[in-house]
Amino acid sequence: MRPDRTPWVLGAILAVLLVVGPFAPLWVVFPVTIAIAKGLVALGLMILLRCGLVSFGQALYYCIGAYTAGMLGRVFELDGVFTLMLAGMAVAAATAYVLGFLLARYRGIFFGLLSLAFSMIFYGLLVKSETLGSTDGFNVLPSTLFGIRPADEWVRYAVLAAASSVAFVAALLVHRYLRTPLGSLAPAIKDNEIRVEYMGASARYAIHVKYVIAAALAGLGGGLAATTVGHIDPEMAYWTVSGEFVFITILAGTGNVIAPFLGALIFEGIRNVAFAVSPNTWQMVLGGALLAVIVFLPNGLWSLFRRGRAA
Amino acid sequence: MAAILDAKGLHKSFGAVVAASDITAEVAPDSVVGLIGTNGAGKTTFINMITGYLKPDRGRIHYEGRDITDLAPRDITRLGICRSFQIPQLYSSLSAYENMLIGLSVVMRNHGVGGFFSRGRPDVPGHGRPAEEVADDLLERFGLAEYRDKNAQVLPGGVRKLLDIALTMAAKPKVLLLDEPTSGVSAEEKFSIMEMIMKAVRAEGVTVLFVEHDMEVVSRFAERVLAFYDGRIIADAPPEVALNDREVRRFVVGGELHRLDEKRDGAHA
Repeated sequence: MRPDRTPWVLGAILAVLLVVGPFAPLWVVFPVTIAIAKGLVALGLMILLRCGLVSFGQALYYCIGAYTAGMLGRVFELDGVFTLMLAGMAVAAATAYVLGFLLARYRGIFFGLLSLAFSMIFYGLLVKSETLGSTDGFNVLPSTLFGIRPADEWVRYAVLAAASSVAFVAALLVHRYLRTPLGSLAPAIKDNEIRVEYMGASARYAIHVKYVIAAALAGLGGGLAATTVGHIDPEMAYWTVSGEFVFITILAGTGNVIAPFLGALIFEGIRNVAFAVSPNTWQMVLGGALLAVIVFLPNGLWSLFRRGRAA
Repeated sequence: MAAILDAKGLHKSFGAVVAASDITAEVAPDSVVGLIGTNGAGKTTFINMITGYLKPDRGRIHYEGRDITDLAPRDITRLGICRSFQIPQLYSSLSAYENMLIGLSVVMRNHGVGGFFSRGRPDVPGHGRPAEEVADDLLERFGLAEYRDKNAQVLPGGVRKLLDIALTMAAKPKVLLLDEPTSGVSAEEKFSIMEMIMKAVRAEGVTVLFVEHDMEVVSRFAERVLAFYDGRIIADAPPEVALNDREVRRFVVGGELHRLDEKRDGAHA
């Protein structure tokens, strides 16, 4: 068996982020933190994609995570960055647990469109609710780290450090999960559900579990995004945001838990550069990038590393 | 000895078509039963009812004294009744070895082994060794070692059949239902493949029910024959008796058996 290097690589990335973070300029720290938040969502989508399922509504949980974090600050004046993220994760997972009973029955395009429908219902509800700021949303309080409010120039780094630590733990746990009997069932479900059933496993149960995990990760990312950006609005549940997450997941590939974060980082990078260079046609650049990846790297960016290793 | 499998008065119809009509059969543990009959006679319906894929309209199925009629396929599998398919059901994007590993990991999960918090490489329950070793061993026993790293999609038909059956053995079944294990395999290979399957399966004392159209294979490997015709069992006897039964000759075996007789006579002469 090949030694498992993923935990070490993850640890090295965390160390780099923690060490380089304080010296990095703001224009680097902010997109990297956002990339971590989106990477968490994509990590969840990757788990589903391994089963052959694409959720076009993952923004639902991203937005639930963000609104949970925002509401905790607004109603209970809670501002601990870990509390907000974990609360967002818990509410998203609980929602997915309930919706999962329905969604785990569907496959393919039906699964995708049903998940999209739920996210758009939530979007509609948020837009109509005046108390939550309707289409404008509301501002989220600056967060604290273990009850301490960092000095202004350190806030960004504090959030980055918290985000990368949480993402590190999440990626490790998912990496472990994918190697458990239930986790490793994903390609089998994708290939042949009849055989899965006749081996004594329930594909529907496995998908339900994966759906809840994916939602939990999206909620975590949403909570993080809320504290990072400092503002939330219903757009976070809009279908284009879901599309962005699917984009990142396909760009990254499903080869490894590091891939979604890499994908998110590259996505943010391409977008920022494209936006700076051509503000009117930046979507075209993004589209071109995805097209190139699909044509030349059908298994996503991660296949670059696979190939390198095999050679 | 008490029957391991006991089907009583099974009835199943699809609209006007009666696929099973008062099917009653007991199967003794550690035995080999051949199911014969023309297409549409009800053999596969019988298998589908035992494995929970179809629910009978009437009648009950007991396994080791327990009523399994209303259980889902996966629950029946967990109890120890496994099946192979006429068209092999494999994980076609994975290699033969990975197919076996998936099968074994389901077994581990059903026994609560190898979960999130377990350490090291736990043994597969029933096999007493880690999954990687069991997978290779099973491939070896079914003569599949040379196909270990080949994608299941590109394997030849006979090999896919064998892999399909090897997969069922991951779960250590007590009863194995084989739906046409040698169909799509050339006449010359039939016996050797069946020989290999039986050797691998019977070594563990598994009770086998197999559907087969080749009467030579049936008479060689079955200890008992259930002949199906029009949703009914028209004969239930050892092969030498069942295959010579008038009704069976007329409705099931037809010309098939005459050829068999000629061959036998030729051999004796």
